[in-house]
Amino acid sequence: MAAGVGHGVAPLAAARRTFVGADRTGRQRRSAVLANKAEADMADHSIDIIDLEKRFDRTQVLKRINLHIRDGEFLTLLGPSGCGKSTLLRLLAGFEPCTSGCILIGDRDVSPLPPKARNIAMVFQSYALYPHMSVRANMTVPLEMSRLSFRQRLPGAALLSAKVRAIRKEITAEVESVAKPLGLEALLDRKPAQLSGGQRQRVAVGRAMVRHPAVFLMDEPLSNLDAKLRQQLREEIVDLHRRTGITFIYVTHDQTEAMAMSDRIAVMEGGEIRQCAAPQEIYDRPDYLSVARFVGATAINEMPALVRRGSVSLNRQVLEMTLPGLADGEYQLAVRPERLHPAEGGNADFSLPVEQVEFTGNEVGIRCNGAEIGSGAIRVQLRPESFRQLRQGRHAGERIALRIAEDAALIFDASGRRVSVLPTQPAQLQEDRLELAV
Amino acid sequence: MARFSLRPIVAHAVLLSGAFLMIYPFFWMWRASTQAPGEIFGTLQDAPPMLASIADNYARALFDSPLPNFMLNGVIMTGGILLSQILTTVTCAYALAKFDFRGRRLIFAIVLVSLSVPAQATALPIFIVLAKFGMLDTYTGVMVPYLTSGFAIFLFHQFIRSFPDEILLAARLDGMSEVEIVIRIILPAMMPAIAAFSIFSITFHWNDLYWPMIVIRSIDLAPPTLGLLFFRGQEGGDSFGPLMACATLVTAPLILLFLAAQRRFVQGVTMTGVK
Repeated sequence: MAAGVGHGVAPLAAARRTFVGADRTGRQRRSAVLANKAEADMADHSIDIIDLEKRFDRTQVLKRINLHIRDGEFLTLLGPSGCGKSTLLRLLAGFEPCTSGCILIGDRDVSPLPPKARNIAMVFQSYALYPHMSVRANMTVPLEMSRLSFRQRLPGAALLSAKVRAIRKEITAEVESVAKPLGLEALLDRKPAQLSGGQRQRVAVGRAMVRHPAVFLMDEPLSNLDAKLRQQLREEIVDLHRRTGITFIYVTHDQTEAMAMSDRIAVMEGGEIRQCAAPQEIYDRPDYLSVARFVGATAINEMPALVRRGSVSLNRQVLEMTLPGLADGEYQLAVRPERLHPAEGGNADFSLPVEQVEFTGNEVGIRCNGAEIGSGAIRVQLRPESFRQLRQGRHAGERIALRIAEDAALIFDASGRRVSVLPTQPAQLQEDRLELAV
Repeated sequence: MARFSLRPIVAHAVLLSGAFLMIYPFFWMWRASTQAPGEIFGTLQDAPPMLASIADNYARALFDSPLPNFMLNGVIMTGGILLSQILTTVTCAYALAKFDFRGRRLIFAIVLVSLSVPAQATALPIFIVLAKFGMLDTYTGVMVPYLTSGFAIFLFHQFIRSFPDEILLAARLDGMSEVEIVIRIILPAMMPAIAAFSIFSITFHWNDLYWPMIVIRSIDLAPPTLGLLFFRGQEGGDSFGPLMACATLVTAPLILLFLAAQRRFVQGVTMTGVK
């Protein structure tokens, strides 16, 4: 984690306070945020996205996006394809104008600025290296563009002016100092076509790094690589972030990548940010059923549940837990596969027939037929040790008794929004349950 | 042992006869340029040695006729046309391929339609305009109708359209202006396409007789093709040797150019559409 994150927290809280003030216009909010920022650190590179909208003809691609990104944070935009995450990144980079709203970097409104004036660097999905230039030239271009004037860039200028020669020398030295930690030194004179996928990716990162940008955008930079290389470069990118302390905004549709790398994840769906929180929070407490479905390597278990007077039943099977604060009605109950435990003794919530058992080394996946509780397949993940215990005297194909771990049940209402109740298991409601069971 | 087969033999026979039809006039031209005046139409009893005839014919072509001047005119006109064509069409094709603006489709349609208008149809109006501006019998007059080319716009448009957008975005992010993007990113990448088009353009304008014949009147400004025509008219019918030597010298640059650029040329023509 970069040192910069620390002083980003204060403006965040301040910005929150102003946002809570509810119905203000974007302009008022913007000035409020600017006022708050003036108090904060001067070299602040935090980003505020305020009421950002994007429309292409009649289709609305982004709907009122509000997001605060702290200085030095690693934020991931996660979502299925077509959710608007790449569009948001393009608006941040300035490739397309936004329909309304504004983007602040530090205390500067960058929305009217062209890409080059925003002090942003980007790594593209296809790397977008200049095909006919060597690696060295590829990495030199951004510095040439920012340090030399148009006339100084003309061929032959270095022959005429000592100043241009000095700047060029400086640039060369800087390119080499960036290339070294990325392991690109030996490749500097090659053309992109002569590099492997991983090397091209590193060159793209190097080209983005040389300018020391305020913000670093990455658009699915690992999606063209094979699984092993992806893992390795994932670690390299996280290292890079820690070393440089630059604000990273990373776009991906791969939830594993997002979980593994980010400080915070903004989950997007249908042009909106559904939830923006730390990976752990997103995983354990998703605000929407769609978020719960999207995050997690193994699909979350969904069961239609009926709540009456605080007691929860799945297709007439009453559960141990009770939800006293919850209005009666139909809900979706979701539980992560690893939060379903095999039950010993009589404290099982339900028991289901086992359909398939998968052993993957560090864990065992069990797929049960959920028809009895009115849902589809129910997946359970166990540590191999507990599975061995379970198997004593039993076989796959038989029934398994399951219990939902404490605090693991997520309740979503009909619109897919999470209902925030803390499930408790008070004993005094036993009578109610007995009544219902009859 | 290779199996005897009729198909390749027939195929080669057909191809060879086609090649013969194409090459024979050139061969005849070259042979005539190596013979003494009387020798071309019948065998001379005391024909001078071939080297002497060559020396004589080519010396007369180079030093007694204004051929070097014709060649220089040809180079200026062809080069000027090519340069301005590349400048105008690459930028135009870039705009048509990568920007979305009002009227883009209409403009592109006009470009395509212009491909099907024969040069003869527009000759008279252009001639009148040139006459009004007093540009007849000048280099500019020859070059003006060809300063841009619908064919080149179309060819380059197809090429640039397949050029990855992300590279252009990266260039803009790096701070390049659109002109610099064209010069530093697009142009180097499309060298094969430009080479292919250059051969088309150079061949056409070097060999063009029609338009110079309309515009040029003074022999000083004549390009090689028109020059040969003047030359023949002046010399009468008996000096075929020097005339053919001129013709050989006029044709040679094109053949050499094609041989040198052959690979790129084929690359450029086949590349459009692949990627």
